[in-house]
Amino acid sequence: MTDNAASTTTSGTTAHEAIGVAGLRKTFGRTTALDGLDLHVETGEVHGFLGPNGSGKSTTIRVLLGLLHADSGDVHLLHGDPWRQAATLHRRLAYVPGDVNLWPNLSGGEVIDLLGRLRGGLDKRRRAELIERFELDPTKKGRTYSKGNRQKVALVAALASDVELLVLDEPTSGLDPLMEAAFQETIREVRGQGRTVLLSSHILAEVEALCDRVSIIRAGRTVETGTLDDLRHLTRTSISAELAGHPNGLANLPHVHDLRVDGNTVHFDVDTDALDEALRRLTDVGVRSLTSTPPTLEELFLRHYTDELPGTEAERAEKARTAP
Amino acid sequence: MTANVTHAPAARERQPAAAGSLAGTGQLIRLALRRDRIVLPVWALVIAFLASSGASAYEALYPDPADRAGLTASVAANPSFAIMFGPAYDLETAGGFAAWRFGTIAALLTSLIAAFTVTRHTRQEEDTGRQELLSSAVVGRYAPLTAGVITAGLFSAATGALLAAMIAGVGADATGSVAFGAAVALCGLVFTGVAAVTAQLAEYSRTANTLAGSTFGVLFLLRAAGDTSEAEWLSWLSPVGWVHRVRAFAENEWWVLALPAATTLALCAVAYALLPKRDVGMSLIAGRPGRAAAKPGLRTSLALSWRLHRGALIGWLVGFAVMGMLFGTLASGVGDIVGDSAEMKQMLQQMGGARGIEDAFLSSITGMVAMIGSMYAVQATLRMRYEETALRVEPLLTTGVGRLRWLGGHLLFVLAGTAAVLTVCAALLGLGYGLSSGDVGGEWPRVFGATLAQLPAMWVVAGAAVLLFGLVPRATVAAWALAAAFVLISMFGPILELPQAVLNVSPFTHVPQLPHAEFTATPLLWLTATAAVLVAVGMTALRRRDIG
Repeated sequence: MTDNAASTTTSGTTAHEAIGVAGLRKTFGRTTALDGLDLHVETGEVHGFLGPNGSGKSTTIRVLLGLLHADSGDVHLLHGDPWRQAATLHRRLAYVPGDVNLWPNLSGGEVIDLLGRLRGGLDKRRRAELIERFELDPTKKGRTYSKGNRQKVALVAALASDVELLVLDEPTSGLDPLMEAAFQETIREVRGQGRTVLLSSHILAEVEALCDRVSIIRAGRTVETGTLDDLRHLTRTSISAELAGHPNGLANLPHVHDLRVDGNTVHFDVDTDALDEALRRLTDVGVRSLTSTPPTLEELFLRHYTDELPGTEAERAEKARTAP
Repeated sequence: MTANVTHAPAARERQPAAAGSLAGTGQLIRLALRRDRIVLPVWALVIAFLASSGASAYEALYPDPADRAGLTASVAANPSFAIMFGPAYDLETAGGFAAWRFGTIAALLTSLIAAFTVTRHTRQEEDTGRQELLSSAVVGRYAPLTAGVITAGLFSAATGALLAAMIAGVGADATGSVAFGAAVALCGLVFTGVAAVTAQLAEYSRTANTLAGSTFGVLFLLRAAGDTSEAEWLSWLSPVGWVHRVRAFAENEWWVLALPAATTLALCAVAYALLPKRDVGMSLIAGRPGRAAAKPGLRTSLALSWRLHRGALIGWLVGFAVMGMLFGTLASGVGDIVGDSAEMKQMLQQMGGARGIEDAFLSSITGMVAMIGSMYAVQATLRMRYEETALRVEPLLTTGVGRLRWLGGHLLFVLAGTAAVLTVCAALLGLGYGLSSGDVGGEWPRVFGATLAQLPAMWVVAGAAVLLFGLVPRATVAAWALAAAFVLISMFGPILELPQAVLNVSPFTHVPQLPHAEFTATPLLWLTATAAVLVAVGMTALRRRDIG
């Protein structure tokens, strides 16, 4: 991890990379928040950033924004160093925090204008359009907004700015379904304009609808990165089958899990990559009926969120091999 | 904390509908005492120790009757004592001395801690949204207010009892000790009531605390004006004045205690009447809608700082303007209230005549102004930490605003704001004194300059707060303790005969006592340089540390 820091200083970012993080570590006292995290976001993509609560998403984002100083590791943002060049880089990005707190004596409209101007100006027509789309009352003062409306203020301020990169930390956790739809529409427009979005979210439908690629982190480490299709291949399909005879050899297959045999009936999960081989074993015996349940996105995330070990693909294969 | 919160529903199961609108009060009091289990006992001890240390020092400082008579005469001859400490009724005993010298500060600390405690368990809980969590459990409408008032009341009573016990413990008269302890405790209760009301009026805990603190300030000034002029009835209007008018250790006027007791009840009645007229989290004064778009000027972090600081700054400017004018006017002719016995005339002579007394009075005023004014510097610095913990700095620092620029916008209000507050006071102190002594042209520059000489010491307090904010952000709030320590050292260090090394810790020790004493520039330059170093180190530390 630490040798990464030295070796990737020059090679760590490519021309197409908006964010490049390698081997990032950050501790707070005795707590290790980030433990060698990697994250690569290509320019122009919407990148989903997922992980259970407390896995280090917000800490990563705050290092990327130069608010926290990394203990070690290599961090690049828009080809710059987010700690040293914070103010210069920040003119090219907009950030929506997970907890939006507004100044009690400023109206929402004033906050939008202030943040936009501090970023170097905002598009007035776009501002009006977004306020209408998100049904925001800009005359209310900080305190009187609900959580969802505070988030809308931050979203309008970020989206109305002409920036290359949007960093959104659970931006829709307080929005209603109607506003969620408005948000998704807006992010699609943003991607259409060629801008880059780093989207941390727990709303799987949102991630599925918007993200080109996702990174899943756990306990301060990246456990999976890829397109959603890539990730689906890593998950398991549930099979229930009634066979012509007694099943043999299924238990020995490395990619079969949770096998239950009840007479001639079998229930098991199989890694989607190895589905073909498992089915061949079944047809060898003779299949009378078969139910196959494809992996859902929820399962994919639940697996990553609840696995006891931080499972990279190799580790999981290892685990499966040693399982009974 | 959370563990206690979840107990609330359990309480209801045990006593269904028993208390109605007060349901859950007992649980909330236990929660409050649990949260404050360190801070309240520590303050009670500090307050009691301060006063009892005064009583024990007295025996060493004034061992025989001649010394005591001398003290009595010099205090009576010098009205500048009465501004800060109030009237002295018995300086022949240790208890009477402690009640005079430490009565105001004990009342001040007890009152402020009591008031902040009420706010902390009522309005602040609403601010943070924790109240909603509690209210959705089984907590009656009046329970949080009742719990806050009872907690603060317990603190006041315990402080008074501890004070009485510790003063009696060092050998003071027992009856007088009880009277003094009761007077201080009841002043704390009055401000418990004040805070119960301000918590209903204000929309934010900061505002509620500021209102309660300002109320103390106004009542203190009322007392100071009454005790240094011929309008003594002004002191009788002030709960801060009642602390002394109990005449503990002298006549022990017990009936005076009825005044704060009745006032407390009246204030609580007002608070309970106001409470049902508003919604949880809202204030009585409905907020007006704001602008749909920002004015063109709101485009820098400095402009935002102005929006954040202007309310407090204007309040301090007005308060200090009034204070300057009031004491400037009182200063001329302050010798008149001394009396004209032969003994007094002799004392007057020794102090340099009426002119000498007035100068001594003015230099007491400038010292007091500086100590109170440095509280503005601390308050303004703490605003930065408040913004940081409220997560309102991150959105700014993730725009084009660099850390130093953000800090600079606030530091302007910390440093220049402190200067502005002092300058306004200095100008009006000079004007008030000049007008009432009939020589504005001659007196104004002298008094104005004497007051401004305090500025470097105030900047040191500000610098210390900035240093804390940069270096140990979690301990920024300790700036209050530091400022209080400086003030206590300067106010009580000399009378307690603390070693010079301790006295030198406080920046106020180094300011020349103008216009009473000679002007020397060296200490002022050193103080300014110290302040500059503190601020610079704080700024450097902020650049390097994590935000949040």
